[in-house]
Amino acid sequence: MSAAAELLSQEFTLGYTYTRTTGPVVGEFLTALRDRKMRGIKGSDGRVLMPPMEYDPVDAAALSEFVDVADCGEVVSWTWVSQPRKAHPSDSAFAWALIKLDGADTAMLHWVDAGDESAMKTGMRVKARWANETKGFITDINGFVPEAVALVADYVESDAELEPISGIECPSYMTYNFTAGKATARYLAQLRNGKLVGQRCPNCANVYIPPRGSCAACGVPTEEEVELSNKATVESYTIVYIPIPNNPIKPPYVIANLVLDGANLSFLHLLSECDNNNVRIGMRVEAVWKPKEEWGYAMENIKYFKPIDEPDMPVEQIGKQKSGE
Amino acid sequence: MAQLAAVVGVGQTKYKTKRKDVSIAGLVREAAQNALDNAGLTWKDIDAVILGKAPDMFEGVIMPELYLTDALGCNGKPMLRVHTAGSVGGSTAIVAASYVQSGVFQRVLTVSFEKQSESNAMWALSNPQPFSPHLNAGAGGYFAPIIREYVRRSNAPYDAGIKVAVKDRLHGARNPLAHLQLPEITMKEVEDSPMLWEPLRFLEACPSSDGACAMVITNEELASQSPGTPAWIRGTAMRSEPTMYAGREQVNPQAGIDCAKDVYKQAGITDPRKDLDCAEVYVPFSWYEPMWLENLGFADVGKGWELTMSGATSLDENGDIPWNPSGGVLSSNPIGASGMIRFAEAAQQVRGQAGGHQVDGAKTALGHAYGGGAQFYSMWVVSSEKG
Repeated sequence: MSAAAELLSQEFTLGYTYTRTTGPVVGEFLTALRDRKMRGIKGSDGRVLMPPMEYDPVDAAALSEFVDVADCGEVVSWTWVSQPRKAHPSDSAFAWALIKLDGADTAMLHWVDAGDESAMKTGMRVKARWANETKGFITDINGFVPEAVALVADYVESDAELEPISGIECPSYMTYNFTAGKATARYLAQLRNGKLVGQRCPNCANVYIPPRGSCAACGVPTEEEVELSNKATVESYTIVYIPIPNNPIKPPYVIANLVLDGANLSFLHLLSECDNNNVRIGMRVEAVWKPKEEWGYAMENIKYFKPIDEPDMPVEQIGKQKSGE
Repeated sequence: MAQLAAVVGVGQTKYKTKRKDVSIAGLVREAAQNALDNAGLTWKDIDAVILGKAPDMFEGVIMPELYLTDALGCNGKPMLRVHTAGSVGGSTAIVAASYVQSGVFQRVLTVSFEKQSESNAMWALSNPQPFSPHLNAGAGGYFAPIIREYVRRSNAPYDAGIKVAVKDRLHGARNPLAHLQLPEITMKEVEDSPMLWEPLRFLEACPSSDGACAMVITNEELASQSPGTPAWIRGTAMRSEPTMYAGREQVNPQAGIDCAKDVYKQAGITDPRKDLDCAEVYVPFSWYEPMWLENLGFADVGKGWELTMSGATSLDENGDIPWNPSGGVLSSNPIGASGMIRFAEAAQQVRGQAGGHQVDGAKTALGHAYGGGAQFYSMWVVSSEKG
């Protein structure tokens, strides 16, 4: 009955729009950018650090003496990006460059819109190209350009009294291609056909569903597949009164740790068609499947579990029953 | 034979919902500077920095050791990050102590932090996973069924959790750094608070906090020259176990039992309730006090709630073994730092520096942290006596 292992892959995005409080130093730097000004900070050794650091990189002293620096300077080092990617600041080829602004002693990273690689060289003079509309973010500098390039300022000025910058948004999203392992792929392929198939540990004979390809208690691989029934026992449960983010389930709902007949480890699933106040540890339930045409490679093929008319299982037997060997 | 090490400086921030005035670096720095000041030391005196924080998704900071090198004065010094989910603050302190006990370093700064206001820890614990149903309703949703099974087994009265929720908040009201300040809290108020994950109510769960905690740990010779009373580290232990396997005991996990036995043996403790003067134990949900009272050997299995209900763990009821005099995780929960706060508060008790929540004459105390699916444990015993 073993299904051929299929290669199952799923795109998966992990991320969140984090926020950052800037603290007084980075906040001052960003507030100055909004005003189209460059502001560095004096380090313990008297050097002007640009961008400003909260703490001295040499002796760890807290820094607070801000210093205005020019919005032009020289390229200390650079690299050419001939094929920009989506997240890059420019659609056309550009240079990442370390730029030492006049009045600063350290170089800051930004990008140079030079048109062609042949226009870039170490030691060249560049000047900031300010964004027409600024918001207190590093992109208020819309790149640097060679000093000879004429810029037309078409700035949007606001009369509003603005608060100093104290926080920024930092979205951070990564998209992975998640490939299910052999055990998971076989389990999902069976689920696709409406079957619940676990794996038995060759050592302790416990049956795992979903199978993970190994028994964490014995540290050995599992191979033997065991088809399990639609019936399960409630090992424990909670009635949840808050929504799950991005999940349409309406509270209150019952999330139960369920042990399928013949299995020895519980998994989480929804319990429905039940009186929430009469759910019990030991209660017998069975799977309610979605219509066959909606089945996919997912445990969501089972909509939920519902109580059945069978006596409760004695607590000491839950998860302890060994399936026919 | 390992060398003796001691905590000679403790620094914390005020814990609150949002520290809008500082960056993460500023937050961490504040705790670290307070610890140096408490130890009478400067940045120059530190040999190495050991940093811990919660899982990366919690703040979206993937390499805190890189970002925080300047703020923690690590130029030219070793820096190391430790990572064991919610227990990380405890295991970070133990890693720091082990560098001193082994003689590798003489004076180590250890720091942990969390700025929950910059993200959403509830969400970070409950993001959808590929090929899995999306049913994870935060840490409370994970632990509530385990609590339900504890209540069933032990026949605990329904209000044992409520009692802990009140007790730890009354303790927290004695601690000016505690996030929640609820000196008027009552059993009825907790009972009437919204149910979140039955049987856990809103006021039976920990808050979300910003904050950081730091300690300076030195060897025996340097500790003896320290201005304050050192908290001598008499034992340290860590244990792990897998989250999911057939037959795993989730209510009273074996890794916790083994970890406690190990640390007690090192510290010469045979009866924790008698031999310890107080304990700072990771209790993020009220019911985990009676559960850990049993797991850590303060009460027989099934009897933890009796200790709680008797007032034995309460400062305000003159209990013989106060648990979480600082207010515990139920009063302040900057997750990445919460374990280290337990360890640091245990040290402050035996140093006689716990202020309004000082346990009179405390000589020996337990610091405890757990994390993941209750699968990582770290514990230490500190004492005003070398032993």
